[in-house]
Amino acid sequence: MSDVYVMGVDMIKFGRFPDRSVPNIGAEAALMALDDAGLGIQDMQALYCGNLGQANAMVGQRILQEIGQTGMPVVNVANACATGATAFREAWMSIKAGMYDVVLAVGVEQMGKGLLGGAGGGEGIPKEGLLGSGTMPCVFAEAGMEHTKEYGTTFEQFAKISVKNHHHSTMNPKAMYQIETPLDEVMNAEMISYPNTKLMCSVNVDGSAAAVLVSEKKAKELGMARAVKVRASALASDPYTDRDLVMPDVNACTRLAAKDAYEQAGIGPEDVNLVELHDCFATAEMLHYENLGLCKDGEAGKMIDEGHVELGGKVPVNVSGGLLSKGHPLGATGIANIYEVCTHLRGEAGNRQVEGAKIGMTHVIGLGTACGIHILEKTN
Amino acid sequence: MSETKPLPVVDFLKIPEDGNPYLEGFRCKKCASIYLGERNVCSKCFARDEMEVIKLTETGTLHSYAIVFRSFPGIDVPYISAIVDLDGGGTIKGNLINIDPDPDKIEFNMPVKITYGDALGRKDTEGNSYLSYFFEPA
Ligand SMILES: [Zn+2]
Repeated sequence: MSDVYVMGVDMIKFGRFPDRSVPNIGAEAALMALDDAGLGIQDMQALYCGNLGQANAMVGQRILQEIGQTGMPVVNVANACATGATAFREAWMSIKAGMYDVVLAVGVEQMGKGLLGGAGGGEGIPKEGLLGSGTMPCVFAEAGMEHTKEYGTTFEQFAKISVKNHHHSTMNPKAMYQIETPLDEVMNAEMISYPNTKLMCSVNVDGSAAAVLVSEKKAKELGMARAVKVRASALASDPYTDRDLVMPDVNACTRLAAKDAYEQAGIGPEDVNLVELHDCFATAEMLHYENLGLCKDGEAGKMIDEGHVELGGKVPVNVSGGLLSKGHPLGATGIANIYEVCTHLRGEAGNRQVEGAKIGMTHVIGLGTACGIHILEKTN
Repeated sequence: MSETKPLPVVDFLKIPEDGNPYLEGFRCKKCASIYLGERNVCSKCFARDEMEVIKLTETGTLHSYAIVFRSFPGIDVPYISAIVDLDGGGTIKGNLINIDPDPDKIEFNMPVKITYGDALGRKDTEGNSYLSYFFEPA
């Protein structure tokens, strides 16, 4: 099977674009990624398009109606917050399978404001606030409090993650926000679901990101100088766990995908130089330090306390600002984090550059549950 | 529609004609996994047609929780969203009541019991009342 390379990748600056259409937002990133690869839409053999909000509305085809209708096969993908990563992975698989040499993956989302999630719904009466809460800040607060129960992790430690990611975003012009948020400001912000304050919740934004994936043969033809090698692409659904009927298990699913990804790449967590992981809430990031093997179980609090996950630390996490400050346009997030890691591996990340980065990891997880992990490697 | 007899808030809350309400589970005879709501296949061990209907126990311990300060419009806050492991197996989620919504007051693994009561005055479009379950410190 051919190795697969990212030849072009880009994202738009995340923001709020209520006057634009979803395909229009997606088309912008698609053109940017094509330009980055030095290719045109006529060179693409297939399009894999990730979007959640209009999952039944042929977003991929409508993107091509804006940038070039070649008649290529289009697959529209929806997989909760792993949507973008799944589209990227489908593109990767099509090259692995030997079907194509050059394919395009796009992730795009237009979000409303406000709380995501909700309990039950359906028939009868609303269950929200009656049988607990199905809002996302609460669901991830409950997951974080499991860690507190097990290891004594504190509200302050969770809050420090948000301080870190907001700090990182001040160096990322494509992030929604570039604002420092000191610890007291994070902890004193409006409490949404304890222990997640408003500044510990990801930002609902509109956005898009896209990547051009190529076979090794095509990469050599185009030139390897800025190519990034895909060392692993893993996707897992939630394995059975005892509480998963009432408590979506982001841990077991991530651990399953991480194990697969490390095995594919033939490396261990100690070989990873930077990670973009799914910090939909500050409480979630804490769990994933351990789920991804960046530290031993029970040591996540120490990772943030001792600065290991900051820019300049042992394994910087979410130097883009993460979902907490860069923003979280659901379907775009999985490709946007691939853009971030590729930018570091190419040595093009400006003042947030992780020095000497050779291998990076991306991770997303959508409740329901889907976890997508990619390991990427610098080629020269 | 009778105004006097409330409906169950979820299918697995049973209200017998005579006797007290209870929560119903489905237990796999092969691996003892417990599910809420009727099913025929076990998603843990994949056994088919091995489910038995059980009454869930009404005591348990607090596994995890969050204190909800912002919910959807019209929902009273704050409240405690709690995950409870039942003593007889199974895990359910609900509101923890009769305790301050304060992390200093709430202890992990604290014993809780299930109580039943009106669904906070909520009615469906036909005006029916509902019976819900809650957790409270045991
Ligand atoms: Zn079973």
